[in-house]
Amino acid sequence: MHYTNTDLLRIEGATKIFQLKPMLGPAREVVALNNVTLRIGTGKALAVVGESGSGKSTLGRAVARLFSLSSGSIAFKGQDIAHMRSRAERLDYLRSVQMVFQDPFSALNPAHTIQHHLERPLMLHQGLRGVSLAAAVREVLADVELDPELTLGKFPHELSGGQRQRVNLARALAVGAELIVADEPTSMLDVSIRRAVLELMRRMKETRAITFLYITHDIATAQFIADEIAIMYAGQIVEWGPPDRVIANPQHPYTRLLLSAVPDPSVRLDGMSARSFAREAQAVRALARTATAETLEVQPGHFVRKFAAMADAAR
Amino acid sequence: MTPSSEPALVDVRGLKVDFLTARGLFTAAKGVDFSIGRGEVLGLAGESGSGKSTIALALMRLHRPPAIISEGSIVIDGEDVLAMGPERLRRWRWSSVSMVFQSAMNSLNPVLTIFEQFRDVIVRHTGATRAEARQKASELLAMIGIPASRLDDYPHQLSGGMRQRVVLAIALALEPKLIIMDEPTTALDVVVQREILQEIIELKRQFGFSILFITHDLALMGQFADRIAIMLEGQLVEVAPAAQLIAHPHHDYTRRLWSSMPLLTRG
Repeated sequence: MHYTNTDLLRIEGATKIFQLKPMLGPAREVVALNNVTLRIGTGKALAVVGESGSGKSTLGRAVARLFSLSSGSIAFKGQDIAHMRSRAERLDYLRSVQMVFQDPFSALNPAHTIQHHLERPLMLHQGLRGVSLAAAVREVLADVELDPELTLGKFPHELSGGQRQRVNLARALAVGAELIVADEPTSMLDVSIRRAVLELMRRMKETRAITFLYITHDIATAQFIADEIAIMYAGQIVEWGPPDRVIANPQHPYTRLLLSAVPDPSVRLDGMSARSFAREAQAVRALARTATAETLEVQPGHFVRKFAAMADAAR
Repeated sequence: MTPSSEPALVDVRGLKVDFLTARGLFTAAKGVDFSIGRGEVLGLAGESGSGKSTIALALMRLHRPPAIISEGSIVIDGEDVLAMGPERLRRWRWSSVSMVFQSAMNSLNPVLTIFEQFRDVIVRHTGATRAEARQKASELLAMIGIPASRLDDYPHQLSGGMRQRVVLAIALALEPKLIIMDEPTTALDVVVQREILQEIIELKRQFGFSILFITHDLALMGQFADRIAIMLEGQLVEVAPAAQLIAHPHHDYTRRLWSSMPLLTRG
């Protein structure tokens, strides 16, 4: 990836190893992130796409500073987030980077109104009071296309899933977020409102220059919002580049498998041999685990990590 | 699909389900008619709160108060479901119609081994011995591609996809004629989802059961269902063969559903 001064976030060789010490049986290690290097430019959206257990959520959590890395670094505006010494620096980072989670139900306090949820960050982080506070609350609600008159007095359970996710985005705006780490923000929403929430995120990106790290298993939504897409498997980024190039010309077998599994209404499943897909999936998973440290630039900006069969072919 | 001479497996006429709430009567299903042929996959699509799951539960009479079936008839395999007594209902459920619930992988009991969960179904309904139940459970597991050695594992030792397959195998244990699947793959990633769907198709080929398949993913449904029914606010607004519903949706709401989901555009 190109190294430029406009990168808001730079992840350099990030590795995270979890030590599992079960009550019974031997301790073991799980490599959740394996030498991940990524960059996101200001006002851009990077989508990290992978299956459950691929390490994509671990990456988002490391960026939100919910735990420290085993090795490697994450730099925000050029500063390593692990080496923020002063409290002011740390608070500033936590304010600039906000998370939006998959479950819009559990992310809001059921005992408080939407007004409370939005006033608190504005009071604590922006120091607003009185008339200016009331005006700011209305403004952030308007930004996420919710009607303040109808929404402010309501409790979370009185809103739909899509409305709640909008409130979560509004809360991130109220804090003054520059980077939003959105971990599967639409996967618990109805298909019929998914697109509307993605469109809102896209508008936040385009009109307010909010940067997104969008984590998903749905490559179709990734294509919808992202400027750059990174396919993750077993803790490694196996292929990355502009979404249209990666989707039109996938190089890594795992990317191809992922694309072939995306539901396509024009392809009927009942004519296919039942076990062949499962066999192929097994073979690809085994192959993808053999990924090496070498990468190849397929076309400008589109990279693929070499895997065992590729190295054999080159030999 | 059903030849016209043979009666449909499932015939639902004028089904109305009411909820008695503090604010008065809420009608979740407003006179729904549909049928499912033998060996047919009927897809039921609609947004949350449209009444899809209410219909699924009503088919097995699993709806609980405050929900009541106030009007209509449900006939499955020639038998009037609404007229069954409690004992008949208990025997009939699972042996004739079984169900894979939404987030099915969490519907396994975490403190019982996989075998115990099979045994519960098999012994209770067939009176088989423990050894016979074990034999049957191993066969069912083998069919969905899980080694019989996993029978003594607990649910948390299996991956999400494996748990989903186990739930499917338990639904198949008594070789029912209809399996209701309520969002069976929503919590899984696309690769695992596809593996499970192909598995279901293969099993259907072997056993010939019918499926009521509930999801809000229209694209997935188009790949899998023979006919698709679109539900809006307790009513079926459009029922059509899958290919027709994809190519020429008639109802405005169906068109809106299609345009509301981001589809992958390939190259």
